[in-house]
Order: sequence, then structure tokens, then C-alpha cells
Amino acid sequence: MSNMNLTLHIWRQKSADDPGTFEKHQVVANEHMSFLEMLDVLNQTLIEQQKEPIVFEHDCREGICGACSMVINGRPHGPLGGTTACQLHMRHFSDGDQIWIEPYRAKAFKVVRDLMVDRSSFDRIIQAGGYISVNTGQAVDGNTIPIEKERASASMDAAACIGCGACVAACPNGSAMLFTAAKAAHLGILPQGEVEEDRRVVAMVSQMDKEGFGRCSNTYACEAECPKEISVSNIARLNRAYLKASLTSDL
Amino acid sequence: MNWITRFLTSSLGQKVIMSLTGIFLILFLAVHMSGNLQLLANDGGRSFNIYAEFMSHNPLIRIVSIGLYASILLHAIQGILLALANRKAKGSTHSTGKVAGATWASKNMALLGILILAFLCLHMGDFWFKMRFTDQLQMVSYDGYDHAVQDIYSRVSVAFQELWIVIVYLLGVFALAVHLVHGFQSAFQSLGIHHKKYTPMINMIGWIYTILITSGFAIMPLYFFLQ
Repeated sequence: MSNMNLTLHIWRQKSADDPGTFEKHQVVANEHMSFLEMLDVLNQTLIEQQKEPIVFEHDCREGICGACSMVINGRPHGPLGGTTACQLHMRHFSDGDQIWIEPYRAKAFKVVRDLMVDRSSFDRIIQAGGYISVNTGQAVDGNTIPIEKERASASMDAAACIGCGACVAACPNGSAMLFTAAKAAHLGILPQGEVEEDRRVVAMVSQMDKEGFGRCSNTYACEAECPKEISVSNIARLNRAYLKASLTSDL
Repeated sequence: MNWITRFLTSSLGQKVIMSLTGIFLILFLAVHMSGNLQLLANDGGRSFNIYAEFMSHNPLIRIVSIGLYASILLHAIQGILLALANRKAKGSTHSTGKVAGATWASKNMALLGILILAFLCLHMGDFWFKMRFTDQLQMVSYDGYDHAVQDIYSRVSVAFQELWIVIVYLLGVFALAVHLVHGFQSAFQSLGIHHKKYTPMINMIGWIYTILITSGFAIMPLYFFLQ
């Protein structure tokens, strides 16, 4: 097990109104640690020195909850493709590295403190239309509605979105199109969700605009940084669905 | 809110405006470039001058050209508004300032667009404005053509003797090329046209189109300058 000495430049910001600045820290990490465990080690040291620990968000640490939102060396979730920060291991860094760690930068994601941002704008997009209206009652039998494998797979690929917000952080425009598109697609592709698609896409896009996210300019930086590798074909699908809903529905 | 207003002011509706005006301008460029290839006809400007006369007097083309001016304005104004809104939505950038996975062109469409617009003002001021609103151009008559036409060919050939004008044109065409490489495929994505069968084809056609159109435009000033 080899240890490495790292110099961390970590963003410290007390609240959304505080301008914030980078703070330099030294940490000794071993290659088997995850990135978050490395931060835990640093925080333990800070606590022992009676200093304020670094605030960062985390939950499952298994790459499925989307909480570990941070930008490492300019890239959301760090240098490894298709990986969340919690699943990024220190073996991908070398002894003596300088690492810059900062929060997601977008007007719609206000910094709560240090590396933690408020992503409740995503929740409000879901609340606007990212659901299927089903009357409660007895669950229907499985496979009552036949669905082609291709459709089921396309829906599952979109449903892999963990709502981490890396797409917004990666986007030079701070746009939430990949998130909104994935959430609209995983429901809209399936017959159960197709029924409400017009109302759903209009409501979700309106909410997305209201939250102050930027406009998609098809740079595809989101797809490159998405830890779940969600395809930008979902964005085209949302464009298509929104165009259809706006021009042909009663809405 | 009225559905048309809602659609046109939504983020996706704004992209549709950019896409449709962009596609119209792409079609225009093909016509403009192929028509202007008559500059290379080596007939003292006869075919080019008669073509220019036709393009500026045919009523149908006059109507289309109003659509063209409207498209240019709409594309430019909407593009600048989008870029400003996006800058506001992003706020500050990350420490490295680099965006992984995105091409330089895709991140600088507004800058390229402003360069193209500046070039366009110069270009239209030199030829289009002089032809339409002044009588600075000489009139020439050709055998077999019933009336005298403005000699825009001479103006073009004189302009392209100047090195700085040639350089400005080549830079303008280069900015256009970079803008088109991203813009062509982006126009289809914004309309929701994305398919694993067709997207690679669209990208390929975009590249071929960009190379053909911009090299066609680049040849014109070079032809006169090197003569």
C-alpha cells in the first residue's frame, strides 16, 4: 500500500452570499481510498486541530445517489469518465499532485457551504411533471403491457440518471437539459408514461427555465461528464417532444 | 400565456428559432456561393453582372431576400440574447476554465457569430449597399442583353486587388467555417433530429458542406488577387 502526499486547493465559502476562496491543505492519502475517504481523513485532522471541517455532500458512496457533487481539477466528479466522486479512487492520482476541489458552478445551484450546493431546483423540475399519475389500488400483473426490449432498454438508459447535476456543472451555459431530458425520456418512452407526455414536457421545460438554468447550445460537455453516461439523444428527444406538445396539443 | 409566446420565449423554442433561421442561412450560402462562382467565368464579368442584375430585380428573389435579411437579424439578435442569458446562468467558471468534451467551436458560437456579423457589415457595405442605394457603379451593356446593367464585377475585381481586403475576407470565411462545423449538426439536434442511423450522416454532410462552401468563397478573392 503506497501513500501519497497531496496538496489540496479546496473552495471555502460560508454561505451563498460569501464570495468564497481557495484554501490550501496537505493530506497523506493511500491509493485504496476513495476521493471522499481522502476528504474524511483531512476533515478528521481539521476537527482534531479544532478547525472547521470541509462541508461536502455524500450519502450512499456507491455511485447511485448523486449526492457527491464536486468539481475536481475542473471536471465534475473528477478525471475518470463514467464515475462519481465517491467511486473515484486515489490510485488515479500520483504522489505530489496538486488537486483543485470546488463546488458546481451555476446560478441555479446556490452554494450552501464549501463544496455543497443546493440542487432543489432539480426537485422542482420533477415536481412539475416528472411523474406518472396512477390511481392507487391493486398492482397490475407484470407483463400485462407488452413493451419491446429496445424501448425498455432506452428507458432504462435514461432512468440511470442519478440527478447529481454534473451535466449542469459541465455545461458552459449552466443548462439542465441533459437532466430534464433524461427524466422526461425514461417516463415518456414507456407506454405508461407516454399518455401524459405533452403535459409533462411543457411543465418540466417551463420549470427548468424558471429556475434560471442556461440554454442548451449542443456542446455535449454534459454527455462527456455524466457519471451515468446519459446520451444527448435524450436532449434531441425532449426537443422533439416539446415541439410536438407545443404545436399539436391543446396545451 | 398565449401558447405561441410561451413556445417562442421558452429555452427550447429559442433554439428552434436559431435552428430554422440557421438552416435557411445554410441554404442561402449554397445559392450565394454557387451563383458567385460566375466571377471565375473569365468573360469580363458578363455572366456575373447579368446574374447580379437578375438577383436584385426579380420580384420573387426580392421577396426571399426580405426573408433573408429578417433571418440574419433574428439569428444574430437571438444568438446574442442567448449568449448573454447563458453567461448569466453559468455565473463564475471552474478553476481551470476548461470544458472537457466540448469542441472550441461549440463553446464560441457567439464570438464567431459576432465576427461573421462584423464581416457581413463590411461585405454588404462594399457591394450590396453600393449596388442598391448609390449610383457609384458604372453601367455596362452586353450584346444580346436588352438593357445596361451595373458593373458590380469591376467593383469586386478592384476590391480584391487590395491585400487587406483579401485577408479580411479569408478571416471572415474561416470564422464562417468554424461556425458551420458546429452549427450545421447543432441545427438538427435542436429540432430533435438525432438518430444513430442519420446523425453520423448529418455530421458528415455538415463537414462536406462546410469544406465546399468555404473553399468556394475563399477561392474568389484569391483568384482576383493572384491574377
